[in-house]
Amino acid sequence: MGLLDKKFEDSNIIITSLDKAFNWARLSSIWYMQFGLACCAIEMMATAASHYDFDRFGIIPRSSPRQADVMIVAGTVTIKMGPRIKRLYEQMSEPRYVISMGSCATCGGPYWEHGYHVLKGVDRVIPVDVYVPGCPPRPEALLEGFLKLHEKIRSESLAKKKTA
Amino acid sequence: MKAPEEIYAILKERFGEEKIEFKEDGKVVPWIIVTPDAIRDVTKFLRDDDDLDFDYLMCLSGVHYQKENTLGVTYHINSTRKKHSLTLKCIVPEDNPHVPSIESVWKTANWHEREAYDMVGIMFDGHPDLRRILCPDDWDGYPLRKDYKVQEYYRGMKVPY
Amino acid sequence: MPELRTEEMVINMGPQHPSTHGVLRVELVLDGEIVVDAIPHIGYLHRCFEKHSESMNDYQQVIPYVDRMDYVAAISNELGYAIAMERMLDIQVPERVEYIRVIFAELQRIASHLLALGTYGLDIGAFTPFLHCFRERERILDIFESTCGARLLYNYIWVGGLSHDVPDNFKNKVRDFIKYFPPKIKGYNDLLSYNKIFIDRTADVGVLPADVAVNCGASGPVLRGSGVEWDLRRHDPYSIYDRFDFDIVVGKGEMGTVGDCWDRYIVRVREMEQSLRIIEQAVEQMPDEGDVKEAIPKRIRPDAGEVYARTETPRGDLGYYIISDGSMSPYRVKARSPCFVHTGLIPTISRGAMVADVVAIIGSVDIVLGEVDR
Repeated sequence: MGLLDKKFEDSNIIITSLDKAFNWARLSSIWYMQFGLACCAIEMMATAASHYDFDRFGIIPRSSPRQADVMIVAGTVTIKMGPRIKRLYEQMSEPRYVISMGSCATCGGPYWEHGYHVLKGVDRVIPVDVYVPGCPPRPEALLEGFLKLHEKIRSESLAKKKTA
Repeated sequence: MKAPEEIYAILKERFGEEKIEFKEDGKVVPWIIVTPDAIRDVTKFLRDDDDLDFDYLMCLSGVHYQKENTLGVTYHINSTRKKHSLTLKCIVPEDNPHVPSIESVWKTANWHEREAYDMVGIMFDGHPDLRRILCPDDWDGYPLRKDYKVQEYYRGMKVPY
Repeated sequence: MPELRTEEMVINMGPQHPSTHGVLRVELVLDGEIVVDAIPHIGYLHRCFEKHSESMNDYQQVIPYVDRMDYVAAISNELGYAIAMERMLDIQVPERVEYIRVIFAELQRIASHLLALGTYGLDIGAFTPFLHCFRERERILDIFESTCGARLLYNYIWVGGLSHDVPDNFKNKVRDFIKYFPPKIKGYNDLLSYNKIFIDRTADVGVLPADVAVNCGASGPVLRGSGVEWDLRRHDPYSIYDRFDFDIVVGKGEMGTVGDCWDRYIVRVREMEQSLRIIEQAVEQMPDEGDVKEAIPKRIRPDAGEVYARTETPRGDLGYYIISDGSMSPYRVKARSPCFVHTGLIPTISRGAMVADVVAIIGSVDIVLGEVDR
C-alpha cells in the first residue's frame, strides 16, 4: 500500500478505481451515532424501526462516537450543549460526516427569535455536510438526506485536491 | 372540602391580620398574600393540620411584576384526601428579594425554587443547594425578568441570531 | 486480613448516552457497584418556552411551542393549555369538539405509552418489543396524519375548538384500531412483561414509598405505581371525562414490592387497555353534527387575571399557570411539568441500588427532556 501513502496531486487509473471501491464500501455501511436531542430524535427512531427501515441501507446505530461514521444532530442544540457536541465531534475518527436534522439544528428553528439559550444552528460549532429541513422532518426526508450523503461520498477521492 | 374564604378565616384567626391578606380579584379563584416572614409557619400549619391536610404542592412559580418593581412567588397547593386547593402568594421588592425556603415542608419545592432563582432571581433563604438549574452556572442575568438583555457571546459562541 | 482501602468514585453518565432518553447528565457517586448518590444535571434542552410565550402576539400562537415541550405526547400539552385558556375566557366548546379531543388524547396516551415501553425494553436489552411497539405506533400516527397532516407535532387543538374537522372514515378507522390492538397487548405481556429476565431486572428495584411520593410531588404512573389511587381524570375532572367508565390502575407489588420499577411498567401497560375502553365509549357517543370552529374567538383579549389548570398527561399532572395583564399577549405562562418533578426524584429512588439498576430506574420513571427543561 506504499502507492497510496504518497500524496498524489492528480488522479490516475489506479486512484479512480480504488476511489470507486472505497467510496462504495464507505457509503454502503454508514454507522450513525445515536445523538437524539429533542423531537427529531423520535422521528429518527421511527426511521430506524421497521416501517421506514434504515437497516436496508446498511445504516445501524452505535452508541459511542469512536465507532460511528456519521453524527445525526437531531434536535435543538442549546448553548449548554454546544461545547459537548464539539467534544463528541472531535472524538469521532475520520472519515466523519455530520447530518443536521431538523430546523432547530440548521438555524435555530422556531426558537430563533427570543431563544436566549438556543444555539442558532449547529454549524456554529461543527462543520455540517447535509442539512435536512423540517420540523420534524418526515422519515422519508431523513432517508433522502442519507441519499444525498451517499452522493457526496461517491464524489470523494483519495487524491488530495488543491481546495482551500 | 373547604372554600378559600373558610381557609382564610382559619388562617387569620391563627396568624393575625397583618400577616395574611385576602385578594378577591383573582379572575377565577381568589388568592391569599402572606408576608415573607410568616410563609414557612403558614405552610407548615397548612400541611400538618388534620382538617386542612394540604399534602401536595402543585406548583411554585416566580413572577416579575415590572410595574410595581416587585418579584413574587406563587404557591399552588392541594389536598389529595380532602380535595381542596389554595393559592398563596409572597411579594418582595426587587432590590431585596429574599423569601424563606419551604423545602423542609414539601420536597417538591427543592427544584422549583432553584428554577425560580435561575429564571427570576429570587433568593430562597435556607435552601440546601441554591444554584442555577436550567442555564449554565456562569450565565449572566435572570432571563425571565422583563428587562433582560441577552448577552452577545458565551464562551466563544454567538448567542443572538 | 489487611484492611482494604476503598474510595468513592465519581462516574459521569453524560449528556450523550443511549439510555438516558435524551440529554440528561447524571453524576453517579459510587462505592464499588453501589450507588451512594445520583445527582441529575439538567438544562441541556432549555429552549426558553416561557420567554417565547411572553413574546407572542396572540394566545393561539403559543400552541406550537406548547407542542414541543413533551414531544412524545403533544396532544396532551395542547389540551391542557386550551382548557386553561377556556377556563380563563369562560368559553364553552361544542359537544363534538369535546368528544374528538378525548379520543385524540386517549389515542395519544396509547402512542406515548407504546414508546415508553419500547424504549424501556431497549434499555434493559430487549430489541424486539421496540420494533413491535413502533409498528403499532405507526397505525395511530396514521390516524393523526389523516386528520391534521402531521405525525408528531400537530398544532391541532386550538383555544375554543380544533383546527380541522375529522375526515369521513374517521370512526371506521378508530373502530378498526380498537379491534386490532388488544391481541397486541397480550403479545407484549407474553414477550416482555412476564419474561423472567425482565422481572429479575426490574422487580424490587427502585422502590418509591407512597408517602415519599406524595410529599415529593410525584404524579401519573409514578404515583399510581406506588399504590396511591390518584388520577386527575377521576378526582379533578376536566372536559367530559366524568361521562366515561374506566378503572384506575394501581401498582400492587405483584412481582416484588409495591412501588418498584415493574409496578410502574405494568401500570402503563394496563392503562393502555383502559384508554381503549374510553375510546370505545367515546366513538359510540360522539355526535355527527357540529362545527368544530364555531367557538374559536376571533380575538383573544382576556381581562387581567390569572388561572391555574391541570390535566392528566401520560407522564403525570401537567399544570399551566397563565397570567394575563389585559393585552393581546400573555404576561407569564408557567408550565408545571411532571417530568421536572420526577427527575428530582431520581436521587431518592436510586440510593443504594447498583449501577446497572440506574438505567432501569430512569427508564421506569419515563422522562422526556423537552418537558423537564422546557
